[in-house]
Amino acid sequence: MADELYEIEEAVPVNTVEAYLRTDRLPHIWCPGCGIGTTVNCFAHALETSGLDLDKVAVVSGIGCTGRVAGYTNLDSFHTTHGRAIPFATGLKLANPRLKVVVYSGDGDLTAIGGNHFIHAARRNLDMTVILVNNFIYGMTGGQVAPTTPLTATATTAPYGNFEQPFNLPYLAESSGAVYVARWTSYHVRHVTKAIKEALAKKGFSFVEILAPCPTLFNRRNKLGDGLDQMIYYRENSEIRNGADTKTIGLGFQGKIIVGKFVDSERPTYLDMMNEYYRKKFGDTYEEYRG
Amino acid sequence: MTTQKEKKVRGSVVIVGERCKGCGFCVEFCPTDGLKLSDQYNVKGYHPPLLISEELCNGCNICGLMCPDFAIYGFIFMKKKVSA
Amino acid sequence: MKADPKGVLTGAHFIDGDHACSEGAIAAGCRFVAGYPITPSTEVVERIAERFPFVGGVFIQMEDELASSIAIQGAVWGGKKAMTVTSGPGFSLMMEHIGYAAMTETPCVFVDVQRGGPSTGLPTQPAQADMMQARWGSHGDYGIIALSPNSPQECFDLAIKSFNLSEQYRVPVLLMMDECVGHMTERVVIPRSDQIEIYPRRYYEGAKEEYMPYAVNGGMVPRMVKAGDGYRIHVTGLTHDERGYPSMTVSAQEKLVRRLVEKIRLNADAIVEYKEDQTDDADVMVVTYGITSRVAIPAIEQARKEGLKVGHLRLVVVWPFPEKRIRALASSVKAFVVPEINYGQIVYEVERCAAGKSPVELVPHGGGSVHNPKDIYNAIRLMKG
Repeated sequence: MADELYEIEEAVPVNTVEAYLRTDRLPHIWCPGCGIGTTVNCFAHALETSGLDLDKVAVVSGIGCTGRVAGYTNLDSFHTTHGRAIPFATGLKLANPRLKVVVYSGDGDLTAIGGNHFIHAARRNLDMTVILVNNFIYGMTGGQVAPTTPLTATATTAPYGNFEQPFNLPYLAESSGAVYVARWTSYHVRHVTKAIKEALAKKGFSFVEILAPCPTLFNRRNKLGDGLDQMIYYRENSEIRNGADTKTIGLGFQGKIIVGKFVDSERPTYLDMMNEYYRKKFGDTYEEYRG
Repeated sequence: MTTQKEKKVRGSVVIVGERCKGCGFCVEFCPTDGLKLSDQYNVKGYHPPLLISEELCNGCNICGLMCPDFAIYGFIFMKKKVSA
Repeated sequence: MKADPKGVLTGAHFIDGDHACSEGAIAAGCRFVAGYPITPSTEVVERIAERFPFVGGVFIQMEDELASSIAIQGAVWGGKKAMTVTSGPGFSLMMEHIGYAAMTETPCVFVDVQRGGPSTGLPTQPAQADMMQARWGSHGDYGIIALSPNSPQECFDLAIKSFNLSEQYRVPVLLMMDECVGHMTERVVIPRSDQIEIYPRRYYEGAKEEYMPYAVNGGMVPRMVKAGDGYRIHVTGLTHDERGYPSMTVSAQEKLVRRLVEKIRLNADAIVEYKEDQTDDADVMVVTYGITSRVAIPAIEQARKEGLKVGHLRLVVVWPFPEKRIRALASSVKAFVVPEINYGQIVYEVERCAAGKSPVELVPHGGGSVHNPKDIYNAIRLMKG
């Protein structure tokens, strides 16, 4: 058989995800080894294959390190107040239901000060995708304890170790009514990308929790090494258990991490309910609200 | 234009050194151990990675997916068969 | 442009101030309201909840005032005119987001139906004690517009004016009602939709790639866009440059915040509105706003009957404060009398502008009811003296 020859294209392809970023603002502010950038990388990849009209995707974030994500995405992006990304997103979505609204924020922002809004939006099944990056700490302000900080971990406002029981976020999301609940770590890049893609495609309140290292504060204070050490910890200690009972998957301090897709159900959204209800009540005198 | 005889998947990486923060994710998670942090410094003082040898890269882009700083991405060489 | 007839209930109505405010908002084109129940403002959102399904609006009762005050801003960026409604305790909660609206130049309306305070205070009884908070309530420097209706009719009219001003200046506008005006039932005439002037949102119309969200090109108010139109804007509460990107520098702060303040201050002449009565020969000038303006009338009439030369200056727009007018009057009148249902708020503005040229007498009232006109009359007599 004659030798087969192949011609290699010398032209180097561009990194296609850069189209989704405000590259004029890179390098970004996140620390070396911080996992937020990795989650944004996955988000960009998910957008790429989502088939969504990017002019109609809006990112809303709160305050904190993860809150800065809005500023780096090349989409209509809103950097709002601490804890209030979800209600802002509520108004945005209800004003223009054709928008695909993504809330992208941190654990403190979304579940401490923003906790109330989180549960109500899930209860209402507002059609939005919530990407929560959980680094177990308040990073931007210097490393204070968060509602997700595991028992015994130290933080600047829990200098002798945290004695508060943290939230089990997938459980909180599911019990509040979220129709899609998944947890992954920033090590699981392909799973994160797929989960974000599924959450984007899902109608209703979709929630993706992504664990990420905070090398400068959570790791350093708790002597856990740097970002890479934490990523290796994720690799060694994660167990994929799709469909697990969210009640059982709380996180301890450097313990086992149960990851996977836990909830993927169907429920009419807020606007579905509103329109259907008024249509039933008022018949043809009611004109369906479409924005 | 170069030619090669084998059909083995080959690729390479593009490194945007100025964005790198030396976190080491790409080096650790490269499945072929094809990357290492260089001795060069970028303007911020970090050591960006370098591809040890193109022979080692298969263009899987795991480095690109994991990089928090968009400082590296991998690609597979586009090839087309040329008659012998 | 004229009001959308779909939302205008043309005709004469016998409704209270709260309900008139709802109708004014709808007539102005408001199609998103987020609110939280709080006496004495609740009737506004109750009527909105009833009317909105039939005018293409969305009302959502949010979980608190913090959510309400930011949800309306999301709706504005989604393309709607939006309003929220509250009273004292809720107004305090909303302060951060009033600042966010000022900083991001998000046009929206906040209605405060004032009640006795501080804290839980007198939930069902009037006061005018949020007036300084209206100007200075959020942290940092910014300009703001606040209006003060004195009747249900004005609740309707000034609601429309609030929306118009907010669009014109891309600023949150505060409609400072009070429990008395809000719960008072009077005749409210709603004109035909073609008789109602609406200031439409000023959207940018140039080339997409040239658009700078916060560039003013020599003016003071940037042109707006909305999410979903492909402009890929970034909006942040951080100090930002013309692109909308965070730029936390001294020069960016100076450029941006100075403009936010001057946007209102330098346009004050166009914004201020007051009504004068018998001011030409006045020795004593009674300066009022809101419901107190009506309570002052019998006091002024009594004094006039007795030969005292008393004038009445009623503030319709309280912020920006009509500094020029007060300064001018301070040279010609012998005294100002300022009755307000608080222990002294707007009186300090009058004092400031009078700059010592004329004494200023406050007629305070802690709240819970309106003044006894006799107290205002006594103050007039005292200052005439």
